[in-house]
Amino acid sequence: MKVDISKLLQKKKTQILERWMTNQMADEILREDLISNEGLRNQSEELLTKLVKLVNDKNITDVQSPDFDPIVEILAGISHSRARQGFSPRETGFYIFSLKDALLETLQEEVKNDPSALYEITLKVSKLLDSFSISTFETFIKGREEVILRQTDEIAEISTPVIRVWDGILALPIIGTLDSARTQVVMENLLQEIVESGSGIAILDISGVPAVDSLVAQHLIKTVSATRLMGAECIISGIRPEIAQTVVQLGIDLSNIITKASLASALKHAFSMLRLEVKKSTKENFSL
Amino acid sequence: MIVVLNKDSLLVGKEQDVVPFLSRVKEYATKISMGLVNQTKLVTACSELARNMLKYAGGGSTLIEIISKGRENGIRVTFTDKGPGIEDIQKAMEDGFSTGKSLGLGLPGAKRLASEFDIKSTVGEGTTVMIIKWKNG
Repeated sequence: MKVDISKLLQKKKTQILERWMTNQMADEILREDLISNEGLRNQSEELLTKLVKLVNDKNITDVQSPDFDPIVEILAGISHSRARQGFSPRETGFYIFSLKDALLETLQEEVKNDPSALYEITLKVSKLLDSFSISTFETFIKGREEVILRQTDEIAEISTPVIRVWDGILALPIIGTLDSARTQVVMENLLQEIVESGSGIAILDISGVPAVDSLVAQHLIKTVSATRLMGAECIISGIRPEIAQTVVQLGIDLSNIITKASLASALKHAFSMLRLEVKKSTKENFSL
Repeated sequence: MIVVLNKDSLLVGKEQDVVPFLSRVKEYATKISMGLVNQTKLVTACSELARNMLKYAGGGSTLIEIISKGRENGIRVTFTDKGPGIEDIQKAMEDGFSTGKSLGLGLPGAKRLASEFDIKSTVGEGTTVMIIKWKNG
């Protein structure tokens, strides 16, 4: 006996949906805080309708068939939005696996008289649903990766602020490892700010850079040269004792650059370059 | 005789892998309570070699080991790649020599920073660099 899968599914669609919903409800990991029951039902119904409409005897064995593109698309949308909402992969995976359970239960009831036909159809449905769940996972991970990428961009953006510490003096604290991409951002921000503020001195503070290797040093030297081309002087501050020893042993020549141990001494140096003096007031009461 | 106490292997295949690799090296160095200066030297040398591997061989694998020789503990890091290899190792170990556009301090600098340094390279097959930094060396 040959089983007509599409007819069978069409006939039993409501029953499958009910089963699916019951399966999803029965699970204790159902996240009612993230999605309402009604929303879940609509989502599930839409997916099932599409599946019933698209599946037929010919394409059921071919999971790559373009017929299933709309389903994969819906699934991608669902798992994508779920990844952003904060569902765990287990919860998202369970969504499609519970549909599989519902489908198989229904098939078992319908085709119980013919074990070999049941076996054949079960195998096919399993394969199809498995491939759907794999694509769900793929898009789930893609959704998460997008979140990570966005965060990376945000970190790159916020970690390079240019501060006007004094009239004519800029400070740029660098935190984290300096790679080519970050150096580009740092240099762009710094040079732009030099033009806008008309500053004559820029202080690059590398207290937050964990290790200075030859690549980082090369980037620093490049930044300093570019600053000088703009007519401004550049001071590198925040060189810790262990960094100083490492740089010397590595053989990097930073002697052409003004370097200071702390931001405070760099600022002091900048003041003296601008012939500014910071004095303790003789008066006891000062007014702002 | 050198005894390996603990080891870990990491792949470095893209620029984003360098920082996690370096923090793992640092973690190992902290484990044997290596001083801050030696830690920084080790991490910097590893950073040079990892970046070299990325730049010239497109990535490779690293092996971080805690080793012990007599009463001395140390960290051994091995970098293995299947890149084009180095034609003239002697030249590559000279200060200021670079086939890329860098400062040319990576290999000689790493050698100066490490306690022990070993490099083997076959053209067309790949390069293996091994460095040891003793806790007090």
